Amino acid sequence: MYFSKTLAVLAMTAALGTGAAVAQVNVMLPANPGGGWDSLGRQAFQAMNDAGIYTGGVNFTNTGGAGGTVGLAEFLGTASGQPDSLAVFGAITVGAIALNNSPINLAEFRPVARMTAEYLVIAVAADSPYNTLADLVAGIKADPGAAALGGGSAGGVDHISLALLAQAGDIPVADLNYIPQTSGAETVTAIVNGTLVAGVSGTSEFAQFAEQGRIKLLAVTSAERRPNLPDVPTFKEAGYDVEIANWRGILAAPGAPDDNYAMWVDNFTKLSQSDAWKAVLEAQGWEDYFLPGGEFGAFIAEETERQGQILKDAGLVN
Amino acid sequence: MGTFELLLQGFGVALQPTNLMWALVGSVLGTAIGILPGIGPALTIALLLPVTTALAPTSAFIMFAGILYGAMYGGSTTSILLNTPGEAGSMMTALEGNKMARAGRGAAALATAAIGSFVAGTIATLCLTFAAPAVAELAFYFKPTDYFAITALAFCSVAVVMGTSRTRGFISLFLGIAIGVIGIDTMTGQARLTFGNMQLLRGIALTVVLVSLFAVGEILYVASRYRSTPGVMAPIKGQLWMTRQDFARSWKPWLRGTAIGFPMGALPGSGSEIPTMLSYTLERKLTRYPEEFGKGAIEGVAGPEAANNAAAAGILVPLLTLGLPTSATAAVLLAAFQNYGLQPGPFLFTSNPALIWGLIASLYVGNVMLLVLNLPLVGIWVQLLRIPRPQLYAGILVFAMIGVWGLAGSWVDLTIMLVVGLAGYVMRVYDFPIAPVLIGLILGPMAETQLRTALAAGQGNPMVLVSTPLSAILITLAVLLLALPIFLKRLRAHA
Repeated sequence: MYFSKTLAVLAMTAALGTGAAVAQVNVMLPANPGGGWDSLGRQAFQAMNDAGIYTGGVNFTNTGGAGGTVGLAEFLGTASGQPDSLAVFGAITVGAIALNNSPINLAEFRPVARMTAEYLVIAVAADSPYNTLADLVAGIKADPGAAALGGGSAGGVDHISLALLAQAGDIPVADLNYIPQTSGAETVTAIVNGTLVAGVSGTSEFAQFAEQGRIKLLAVTSAERRPNLPDVPTFKEAGYDVEIANWRGILAAPGAPDDNYAMWVDNFTKLSQSDAWKAVLEAQGWEDYFLPGGEFGAFIAEETERQGQILKDAGLVN
Repeated sequence: MGTFELLLQGFGVALQPTNLMWALVGSVLGTAIGILPGIGPALTIALLLPVTTALAPTSAFIMFAGILYGAMYGGSTTSILLNTPGEAGSMMTALEGNKMARAGRGAAALATAAIGSFVAGTIATLCLTFAAPAVAELAFYFKPTDYFAITALAFCSVAVVMGTSRTRGFISLFLGIAIGVIGIDTMTGQARLTFGNMQLLRGIALTVVLVSLFAVGEILYVASRYRSTPGVMAPIKGQLWMTRQDFARSWKPWLRGTAIGFPMGALPGSGSEIPTMLSYTLERKLTRYPEEFGKGAIEGVAGPEAANNAAAAGILVPLLTLGLPTSATAAVLLAAFQNYGLQPGPFLFTSNPALIWGLIASLYVGNVMLLVLNLPLVGIWVQLLRIPRPQLYAGILVFAMIGVWGLAGSWVDLTIMLVVGLAGYVMRVYDFPIAPVLIGLILGPMAETQLRTALAAGQGNPMVLVSTPLSAILITLAVLLLALPIFLKRLRAHA
C-alpha cells in the first residue's frame, strides 16, 4: 500500500515537473489550497479554457501566509520582468502590507484586472438589545471598551469596515475593542455566546445563521441592498457613509513586457464578459467587480491610501 | 432533521462504492500499521496528507477513520503473538495475551481482542452518533474563558500524567508551545520567532513536527537499540473461536472497557494508554479467577482491547464537535481538516453534513470490515512481522522525507525535520514524553487566542478567566492537579 502511494506521489511530481516545462503561464496563488484566492485563480483559468479565450498550459504555485505578502514576495523575486507571470491578490493584501511592514509595494506590479467582490454584513446576537445600526453605534459610543467587536484578522477588510463605521459615527477609531477571529464561523459563535457585542463577516458566511435565527443582520456594506438580503439596509441608508468590499484581482509581474501585459488585460476583459465566467460567479456566490488594467491600478492606489490612513487612525501602524 | 435520518443519509454516502473502497483501504492500512511496531495511526495519516489532497475530503476522512480504528485492531495481534505492543494502546494486552499465546490459547486471545474491539467500536460509535450533535450545540455556550480553562487543564494533565517526571513533562509541553508560537501572530499580524525568515512566517506545520518526532526521532531510537535477533513469535494455536466459557468471561470486560474507554478518549491528554491501563486494573480487581492474572487471563485481554477501540471513537467527539484535539492522532486529523479548508466544529454539522455523517456511518462499516479482516485472516497479517526491520525502518524514513517535501516543497521544512527529528531522538533517550510537545503545539495557539480574546472582551480584568461556572471548576482542577501531589508529599514528610 505504501509503495503504490509513493508511486502516486512520484507520478504526481513527474506530472507537475513536465507540466512546468510546457506551461505557458505561471500563476502565483499566495494562499493555501481551498481559500478564496486559490479558487479565484483556478476557476478563472478553467473558465478561460472553457470559453476558448486561453487554452494553453497553466502552472499554479500555492504559497500562503501573511495576507498574501509571502507569496507576492516570492513572485517578485522569481517573476520580475517575465512575460506570462500572474498573481492573485486582494483587499486583504493591502492592509497586510501596511501591517506587516512588508517591503512589497503594490504599485510596482502591473495591474491586470479586478475580478470579484464580496460585501460585508454587521450582525448582533438574536437576543441583542440593538435592532438597528444606529442603536449599535450609540451603544459603542457610550462605552467603546465594553463593546467587544470582532471579525477577520486585524487590519483586514472586516476591521477596516468597523473603523470606517466608527469614523462615520464620531467614535475615536483607536478606542474600538476589536478582537480578531480566525474565521467567519468563529465570529458567529462569539456573537451568539455573548463574547462579542457585534461582528462583521462576508454576506455568504452570515446569511445561513441569520436564517437559523441565531443572529440579526443590521447592515450591509454595499452601495445598494443585496438581492439575497432584501431586508438588510445598507450602511448608507442607516446614516453612515461607508462602502467597502472584499475585492480580489490579478496582477502581472513588475516590468512585464508591454504587449504581453496588454494581452492578459484583454484576456481577462474577455473572460469577464463570457458566460463561462458568469456561471462561475453564480456557483461561487461571488459579485462581479470587474475593472481592467490602468483603472484597476488607480483603484489599488486609492485603496492603499484609504486603508493606510484607517490603520493609522486605528493605531495599528505608525 | 433527527439524528437518525442524518445517519441514514450518512450511510448513503459511506456505502457508495468509492467510499467503501477507501474504507477498505483505510482498514487494511490501519491493521498493517497497527501490527508493525513503531508506526502509529498519527504518523500514517500525517504521511498520507500530501497525497490525499487529490481525493475528495469525504473519501479521505473515511480512509483516515479506517486507519484509526484499524490500528487499534492490529495492535493487539503483535502484542499477543510477539509480546511487543504494536500500538501504545495495546501495551496492556501484551501482559495477558502473550501468556495465553504461549499457553497455546493464542487463537482465543486474538478472537476476544477482535470481537471485543468490534463490540466496543460499535457501541462507542453509537454513543458518538447521538452525543456529537448535542455536544456541537455546546459550542454556542462555551465562552473563550471556558476554552482557555479546558486547554489549561489539558496542559496540566498531559504534563503531569505523561512521562516519568513532571519536570520532563513540562519541558516537553513548553517546547511544543514555543514551536506553536512561531509565525505571524493572528491577532496583531506581528511576526514572532521567525528570525527574519520569510518561510517561517507561515509557522511550522504540525505535520512536519509530527513526522519528525515519530518517524525520524522514534525510528532513530528503535534503530539505535536494534538487535538482530528478532523476538520469538508464538504460533497461533488452539481453536480459532472462543469456547462458551471464554465468551462468558469476556462479555462483561468488553462492556466495562467500552464504558471506560469512550469518555476517557474524549478527555484531553488521556490518549489510548490510560483507559487501557484502567480497564486492566479494573478487570484484575473484579475477576473471579485472580490466580490466572499474570498467567494468561482472558479478561485482561478483553477489557483493554475494548477500551482502546472505544477511546478511538471517544477522541472523535471533541474533535468533530468543538474542533478540540485530545491526542496526537486527533491533532493530525485536525490538520487534515484544515488542509481541506474545513474547520471541525458545530458549523461542519450544518455546512457539510454529508462529510460528518458519512464519516460517522463509515465507522460502523469499517468496524464490520475490520472484524472480517482480523478474525479469519489473522494468519496473513502475521506475515507482516517477518519484514526485516532495517529495510522497514529505512523505508519509513524515506517515505517521511518524501511526505514532508510533498507538503510544500520547501527546504526549510526538511531542515526543520532534521533538527526536530534529532531533538526527538534525544528526548526519547532521556525519557522526555513526546505527546506533550504535540499537545502544546496544537493547543498552545488555541489557548493563547482564547486567553487574549477573553481578556480583551473583559477589558483586561483577569477575574474574567474564572467568570463562568465551567471555567472556575476546570481552573481549580488544573491547580489541584499541579499542587496536590506536592502538598501531599510535604504533608507526608511532616508526619
